[in-house]
Amino acid sequence: MQVDSLVVDVAVLGGGNAGLCAALNARQHGAGVVLVESAPYELRGGNSRHTRNLRCSHDLPTDVLRGTYPEEEFVADVIRVTEGRTDKALTRLLVRESVRCPDWIGRFGGRLQPALRGTLHLDRTNAFFLGGGRALMNAYYAAAARLGVHIVYGTEARGLDVSDRTCHAISVRSDGHDQIIRARAIVLAAGGFESNLGWLGEIWGKAADNFVVRGTPYNTGTLLKQMLDHGAQPVGEPAECHAIAVDARAPKFDGGIVTRLDSLPLGIVVNRRGERFYDEGEELWPKRYAIWGRLIAGQPEQLAYSIVDAKVAGLFLPSVFPPVSANSIRELAIGLDLPPDALDATVRAFNHAVTGGTFDRDRLDTCRTEGLTPNKSHWALPLDSPPFWGYPLRPGITFTYLGIKVDETARVIMTDGHPATNLFAAGEIMAGNLLGTGYVAGVGMTIGTVFGRIAGREAAAHASL
Amino acid sequence: MTVCNACRYCEAYCPVFPALERQTTFLGPDLAYLSNLCHNCGECLYACPYAPPHEFGINVPGTLAAIRVGSYAAYSWPRRFTAPWRRQRIWTPLLLVLGALLVALAVAGGGGLWQVAPPTGDFYRVMPHGIMVVLFGATFLMAVTVLAGGAIRFWRDVRAGTGAGSVAFGNSADRASAPPVRTGASWPALRDALTLRHLQVQGTPCTDAVEVRRRWRRWFHHLTFYGFALCFASTSVAALYHTGFGWRAPYPYTSLPVTLGAVGGIGLLIGPLGLLTLRRLRDDALGTPDGDSLDVSLAALLALTSATGFAVMIFRQSSEMPVLLVAHLSVVLGLFLSLPYGKFVHGIYRSLALVKYYAEERERVGRA
Repeated sequence: MQVDSLVVDVAVLGGGNAGLCAALNARQHGAGVVLVESAPYELRGGNSRHTRNLRCSHDLPTDVLRGTYPEEEFVADVIRVTEGRTDKALTRLLVRESVRCPDWIGRFGGRLQPALRGTLHLDRTNAFFLGGGRALMNAYYAAAARLGVHIVYGTEARGLDVSDRTCHAISVRSDGHDQIIRARAIVLAAGGFESNLGWLGEIWGKAADNFVVRGTPYNTGTLLKQMLDHGAQPVGEPAECHAIAVDARAPKFDGGIVTRLDSLPLGIVVNRRGERFYDEGEELWPKRYAIWGRLIAGQPEQLAYSIVDAKVAGLFLPSVFPPVSANSIRELAIGLDLPPDALDATVRAFNHAVTGGTFDRDRLDTCRTEGLTPNKSHWALPLDSPPFWGYPLRPGITFTYLGIKVDETARVIMTDGHPATNLFAAGEIMAGNLLGTGYVAGVGMTIGTVFGRIAGREAAAHASL
Repeated sequence: MTVCNACRYCEAYCPVFPALERQTTFLGPDLAYLSNLCHNCGECLYACPYAPPHEFGINVPGTLAAIRVGSYAAYSWPRRFTAPWRRQRIWTPLLLVLGALLVALAVAGGGGLWQVAPPTGDFYRVMPHGIMVVLFGATFLMAVTVLAGGAIRFWRDVRAGTGAGSVAFGNSADRASAPPVRTGASWPALRDALTLRHLQVQGTPCTDAVEVRRRWRRWFHHLTFYGFALCFASTSVAALYHTGFGWRAPYPYTSLPVTLGAVGGIGLLIGPLGLLTLRRLRDDALGTPDGDSLDVSLAALLALTSATGFAVMIFRQSSEMPVLLVAHLSVVLGLFLSLPYGKFVHGIYRSLALVKYYAEERERVGRA
């Protein structure tokens, strides 16, 4: 559709989970809405296409959530994984509002299912989308179309005309043509800057060349940069992000879920020099997997290797790429291009330091090492049963945490401390308000849904003034 | 398959995904099983983040459809008889019908057809009962034999699986030995087949395109299947009347054979025509050209059977009856001849795949 000099109540910039929730809620509150998605139709939905669940608090079991996940526990989880680097008021708002997320999803034809097999820790805390994130996005997009949200694809929002804390116009480019949208209220939901290799390079230097971008190539952070330039208050550190260990053989962009590896806590992880560098068994995997990307980023050449033996081979979800396999550690080292002596020594020292105990993958068990630097706190079993498997790993960046500060109405806060008049933010672009560091599985979609809804409601309210 | 095994987001859509999660390598019999477990509901294509234009280019329904069509040929005999049904959509059934027509004409006693006395509705003046029984009985027997042969070979292959790559996450069992298939597995499989449980997910009907869902596919199939069953019952009852009680056709309109045939015929007319219409509306990516050809041929033959049947029933007292009867018999003959080589086999293989699925599920639950 033509957006040339379009005048509209609410413009939502970004067609992922946060943007769709904002658009749907704004529309439900009576506003005329245009949703601007920079990807083409086939790739719509941003990183949300790759997600699979959303963390939500509940005081009673439901058909898809076992037991209870009280508000206090969820809040405590966020504070713990972020080491306190979070806006506590916003966290509490997030958790309170998360209770209503499953209902919201159902309202628009999204379907939920009991937790996927093999994700034993999550069936109490996370509501899984039937068919995953892309299926949910399809449902939201269909609902948006039904409700009369104007959707444009392949249209990138490139510039914001901002003065006096107010956005007067948005310039977008579609098919090579530049156009202007004027909106009474604007919701920024265009993701982080994880796909912007240049920006990553400014922060990480040459190391960024070795990163894998797990999701959409469209999150270039253009609007984020614009807003920061226009005086929006930044939140979070540039180098903080959700980054996991992915198979080094993954495609540069959009590899999604299948390139992640869950074998790390069940064996040892070594770097290019064949040395261990972190406690693989520090915490239950859903609470730790998101820091491994940054850990590997700090290693030589941004490479690491997860090594397991036959005893644990069936205990983690398969990866799409086959492991390098060998019958001895030395052989494995050669297969992985690691120094055989060093790897051999590391494994011997590790095996020697294992103190026994009872192995239990699903709990913080008593299998640990003693006297090593670093020790392995849980699930420490000697590596002694061939065949040995090794997976080469690289940092896979999911999304960046440096973002825009917002208040409880999802309004953008400027550097002078005052809120913007008509600018709101939701999703990755403001996740840094809640995540100073660390992550807990599923909270990203919660942030997008909760703040997307708030932003939509507030934007519609502002547009009707 | 490897991508699906590593992703698993589609797990709750249907049995195919839990089934494929049991292995890490997939060989011929495994694929025959999985492809026939798939009912082509379409959900997984649009949920997949790796579907085209992603570089992985995964299209689960389309790929399974192609494998499935291959499996029909693999288990049929002789194989080359299946080729025409996969290639030419409407020509093959028409040719077959034409051939059958010639047979019928010849049988009706070259000329005797046109000398039938005043319209009495007596079918056996056109084609003697004995010849009808022999011709159709033999054909039917042939069809059933080939179908049974295919079913047995399929079941033997699929039952044990290959056990390849059984060291799969969450499944430490060794599948090299065939799991004992307790009869308990047949009931849920039968239920699924008779209700077409897998043509919908959580109450939402099949997907024809992204977020386009139509419940008609399932209902048209019900009409077709139960219509066919009723027509079959009608013929069986008539055979019983004739041989058991000596009551000869034509039967009164209110009689059991005619009622069964009429009701069944309505289903067998609306159902296939409905399915043919729906398939034009469906996303091509969900199927495969060979598969489409199979579907169209069978649907057309069934609708034609029903249409000619109604013509005979309605005009049976007229002087056109002989021609109509011959037409109807030709179509039925064509249908019987095509039965083991076309789409009809899908019901058997899918049902058997479901039985295996439930047997494995019981194994898994029993061992847990």
